[in-house]
Amino acid sequence: MELCDLSAVELYRLLRERKTSAVEILQSTLERIGEVEGRMGALENSDLTEEDKQKVHAFITLTDERALEQARRVDARLAAGEDPGALAGIPVSIKDIFCVKDTPTTAASRILANFTAPYTATPVERLEQSGALLVGKVNLDEFTYGSSNESSAFKPTPRNPWDPSRVPGGSSGGSATAVAAGESVLSLGTDTAGSIRQPASFCGVVGLKPTYGRVSRYGLIAFASSLDCPGPLAKDVSGAAMMLQVIAGADPKDSTTATVPVPDYLAELEKGVKGLRIGLSPDYFRITYPTPDGGFEQQPLPAEIEQAVYRAADLLRQMGAEIIEDVPMPNTRYGIPAYFVISRVEAASNLHRYDGVKYGYRTPQAVADLREMYRKTRAEGFGIQPKLRILMGMYVSAAQYSARYYQRALRVRTLIRRDFEQAFDRNGAYRLDALLTPTTPTTAFEMAAVYGDSVLMQYADQLTVPANHAGVPGLSIPAGLDAQGLPIGIQLLGADFSEDILLRIGRAYEIATQGEAWRQARPRVLA
Amino acid sequence: MTDEITPELFAHLVELAALELDAQEAEYLRRQLNYQLKAIHELEAIPLDEDTPITSHGVAYTPEISQPPRADEWHPYPAPQDILSQAPEVDDGYIVVPETPTTPLE
Repeated sequence: MELCDLSAVELYRLLRERKTSAVEILQSTLERIGEVEGRMGALENSDLTEEDKQKVHAFITLTDERALEQARRVDARLAAGEDPGALAGIPVSIKDIFCVKDTPTTAASRILANFTAPYTATPVERLEQSGALLVGKVNLDEFTYGSSNESSAFKPTPRNPWDPSRVPGGSSGGSATAVAAGESVLSLGTDTAGSIRQPASFCGVVGLKPTYGRVSRYGLIAFASSLDCPGPLAKDVSGAAMMLQVIAGADPKDSTTATVPVPDYLAELEKGVKGLRIGLSPDYFRITYPTPDGGFEQQPLPAEIEQAVYRAADLLRQMGAEIIEDVPMPNTRYGIPAYFVISRVEAASNLHRYDGVKYGYRTPQAVADLREMYRKTRAEGFGIQPKLRILMGMYVSAAQYSARYYQRALRVRTLIRRDFEQAFDRNGAYRLDALLTPTTPTTAFEMAAVYGDSVLMQYADQLTVPANHAGVPGLSIPAGLDAQGLPIGIQLLGADFSEDILLRIGRAYEIATQGEAWRQARPRVLA
Repeated sequence: MTDEITPELFAHLVELAALELDAQEAEYLRRQLNYQLKAIHELEAIPLDEDTPITSHGVAYTPEISQPPRADEWHPYPAPQDILSQAPEVDDGYIVVPETPTTPLE
């Protein structure tokens, strides 16, 4: 096993015991990138070759020189007997939606392809201060608009390391791919409807969407400002806890961050689950899909995914948790339609800043006036998904439709929030510490199988999006492989700021399953 | 009742959004918008009490967890050149834009 295959906790120990160095860890990671990455995403790209189809293509930009400087600094501090920081020597990749000073920050869009950020996002700044090694910026759906990673303007788009003919999920698919393939040990992603948890599930890694306001959004290129949450992707629960520890907490530059104290997540991990009340809801086992005529049909959850959830519940019960069945979450199914409205309104608002004036792309064509420059710049700079969101957002927030769509969606969000408040109410009927659900309705789907159908693609997030409406935290952890050898994810949802409890449960599940055969399986690109 | 985004309404939205679309893009986008409208039509059937409030953020911003407002103090950006260097066209410290459309007053 190579250094880059070890977990963050294992590397932390090896480094402090002086059994390796930060430079050696970085070299191992860069070698892995050289083996599995293939061509990095770029705007101008030729057709895929057969070799390309076997590579993962997680990155848009490598920052290996920056990482090497950081690694040398960590080794120097260790040699001087200083504390090099909580994530010292740990290779980290960053979703290319975060600004990093003097580094290209593209949001995987042509309109920002030439943008070099003049400042660094708070979560990234905290990672650098903790001694993390920033190895590069990873691909994503353009402006995070997607659940497969296929909408990036930077091609080739990431491929699933477990089966490169399949998508890695999205929009943090580059992050999940990089961690699963050992191209970084941790990755910083964002989750607006499930964009950390869904790719984590598809790629067999751990993904955590923190409580809204737990992690600063300063320096994040916004999609839907009331929903976006930066968070970690990691090989295991401990890695997610280590990263959250560093990036969480109030930020004077983001007034939406909460002043709630940050617990010691790592110390909490080993407390076990004895006495915790973990719920199961039938509303998370019914999958809804829209039909082209405007109707809806319900389909059963694939048996392997359902069995993974119930098996996890059994294991947690054996470890001392109390399993509460039949917890009603009746508004779960409205998460996607409400999201279709709220996220589009906020996306359209956020995208109006891209006009070719202050930064980013400007059309090279001759134009008669400012208005024509806007039109041509945005026509050439935006891909199809941003255009779709702008138009939908403008329609549903227009004065004559706002009450019917936008304001109604915000009231439906209230109902979704109430479901969680009732489930986690300390004096209520259920008094849950966490809700256990599937993360996704399917395992990773084939590339191009869904892309182009914007409605069906959105329904891939139907089990993750309620947590974004409610603002509560959600953790996806690997829970086995299906018959095709593809990872299955299960999800833990909790009350506001209960990440410590979700991580405890996740860690207990890891301990309960640590000897199982599927834990030894490796992604196909590493075989 | 489900609304439909007609070609005329679609063209109006495209103009408001400051976009230009070729015919193929326009056809795809209008079809997807109408498909999405059918999907969100479900919202209208959800029973809501008259007094159900809107939720703009899931996590309530109570005084106990909110940051105090920052002091209203002006701090010059330390390196304005870093920002100006990102503008597509600059002249003597000013960002250059094409003519703004105007209508002469009669």
